[in-house]
Amino acid sequence: MTAKKLGLKQRYAHMTRGLDWETTYQPMDKVFPYDTFEGIKIRDWSQWEDPFRLTMDAYWKFQAEKERKLYAVLDAFAQNNGQTNLSDGRYVNVVKLFLTGISPEEYQAHRGFAFAGRHLRGVGPRVAAQMQSLDELRHVQTQIHTISHYNKYFDGIGEFPHMHDRVWYLSVPKSFFDDARTAGPFEYMIAIGFAFEYLLTNLLFVPFMSGAAYNGDMSTVTFGFSAQSDESRHMTLGIEVIKFLLEQHPDNLPIVQKWVDKWFWRGHRMLGLVAMMMDYMLPKKVMSWKEAWDIYFTEAGGSLFQDLARYGLKVPKYADVATAEAEHISHQNWAVFYQYTHAAAFHTWMPDKEHLDWLSEKYPNTFDKYYRPRWEMWAQMEKDGKRFYNMALPQLCNTCQIPMAYTEPGDPTTIAFRESRFNGDTYHFCSDGCKDIFDGEPEKFAQSWLPVHQIFQGACGGPTVPDVLNWYRLNNGADNLDYVGSPDEKLWNQWMAGAVKAAG
Amino acid sequence: MAQIASLTLYHNDEARPIIDAIIADNPGIRVMNIPGAVKLDCDGSLTVNRSSVEARLGRSWEPQELQLVLISMAGNLDEDDDHFTLSWRH
Repeated sequence: MTAKKLGLKQRYAHMTRGLDWETTYQPMDKVFPYDTFEGIKIRDWSQWEDPFRLTMDAYWKFQAEKERKLYAVLDAFAQNNGQTNLSDGRYVNVVKLFLTGISPEEYQAHRGFAFAGRHLRGVGPRVAAQMQSLDELRHVQTQIHTISHYNKYFDGIGEFPHMHDRVWYLSVPKSFFDDARTAGPFEYMIAIGFAFEYLLTNLLFVPFMSGAAYNGDMSTVTFGFSAQSDESRHMTLGIEVIKFLLEQHPDNLPIVQKWVDKWFWRGHRMLGLVAMMMDYMLPKKVMSWKEAWDIYFTEAGGSLFQDLARYGLKVPKYADVATAEAEHISHQNWAVFYQYTHAAAFHTWMPDKEHLDWLSEKYPNTFDKYYRPRWEMWAQMEKDGKRFYNMALPQLCNTCQIPMAYTEPGDPTTIAFRESRFNGDTYHFCSDGCKDIFDGEPEKFAQSWLPVHQIFQGACGGPTVPDVLNWYRLNNGADNLDYVGSPDEKLWNQWMAGAVKAAG
Repeated sequence: MAQIASLTLYHNDEARPIIDAIIADNPGIRVMNIPGAVKLDCDGSLTVNRSSVEARLGRSWEPQELQLVLISMAGNLDEDDDHFTLSWRH
């Protein structure tokens, strides 16, 4: 008679518990030096639950299957010249921004979870953090593989790791992860596991990857959804982290609330880049940023915070401000990139009539009143041969590092400025959210590497725009400026003309 | 406001029997189609039953296989050999 097979829950218990031990040669506090200084109190690590109950053997099995499927699609895409079936050549700029701005953060997340997995002393979270660390490495690798195919044809992506460390707008996601990775392991888990993965990652991957599917980018949608299947596990880890910390000790609540407030706001600021991709850069649109925000933050986040209220955790500070900004942020960001297109490694354009009408329909409270007239004016200036470039270097927010272009809550015609004094210096911020973050950790944020400051200090290759672009390894005249007139456009038009000719 | 339990799955041949099983087993479910994906929303809780999926798939199926077609989810997860449930109940 064969023995009865163990159930999932028993199997998980056997394969993940009892893997740890009390050290004897060295005291535990020396082996795990970083899991106490943040003030988090843990009474019983064994209370940690992984609802996926994923054991390492099952993990490898599923991940291998996901990889096989993904690479079959990537291969087919490359073999069949899938890049010629995109909705429009403009679409590739989304991929450029993704590879330069997001993929390096996958690598940062890999490093961060490897650190958390090493330094949390409970075995449950260590196993989960180890899996997530491997996932993130898989994500960066598959993204580089996928997008390397586009690099054969399109500009702006060949120097992505170099650019990530230097280019002004890429310092926004870079500084976000630098901040998380230089925090303690618990803050890192709340920052990336909870605030980013649970609250905000849906906004990045779901509507955006659906957009890739809609615009004929079979390869990006496939890596995107393949990554997102791991994200579901990460989201679950994020929600378990927060429940675990709040259940362990009441003293943890104010610490966790402060982190939730901070990382929600930082994530909101960073995702402004995604807002712009969705509203302006996808030739065929799936949903507006505002619609995505309503579904994934207001509705999904609302359900979550209703649940977490039983621990006393509140909706993140300034969530109301962020929701109000959802009607402005994509427009304000696109305006920044349009004005500074000469210094960006992707192309920009003014929306055409059909696109403007779509924006008017999706943003009835704001677009016609505040943004459409400006776009129409800039389009007219282009026609008159006076295309508007902003040649002054912008002031940056010391926290999020985004140019100070955002407006006052409730007053979209006045730019918001905030400042704080610290050790005799003045620091500038785009919002109350960013100022609060600085005021909470001024010693940390006084060290920010701000791209504009660095240019003025002579640390970025020289005083002129071409000097700085050269230091970025940005190929002036090909990687930057408007889509119209770019080598990308020329190539795309050749492909399309060839297709028409072949069709007779 | 009702708390929404939600699953987003691939919209492909592999996921279709699972999507059908979920729609059959969760009365009041709301289905949102977006390119490449399907978002399934239910007030309170949402369950994927192993037996239901197996009946449509014509082979044995483990709830853990859901990970191969999963894009996103919302709710507290309870997973065992015969079901995968998301809910806001405690």
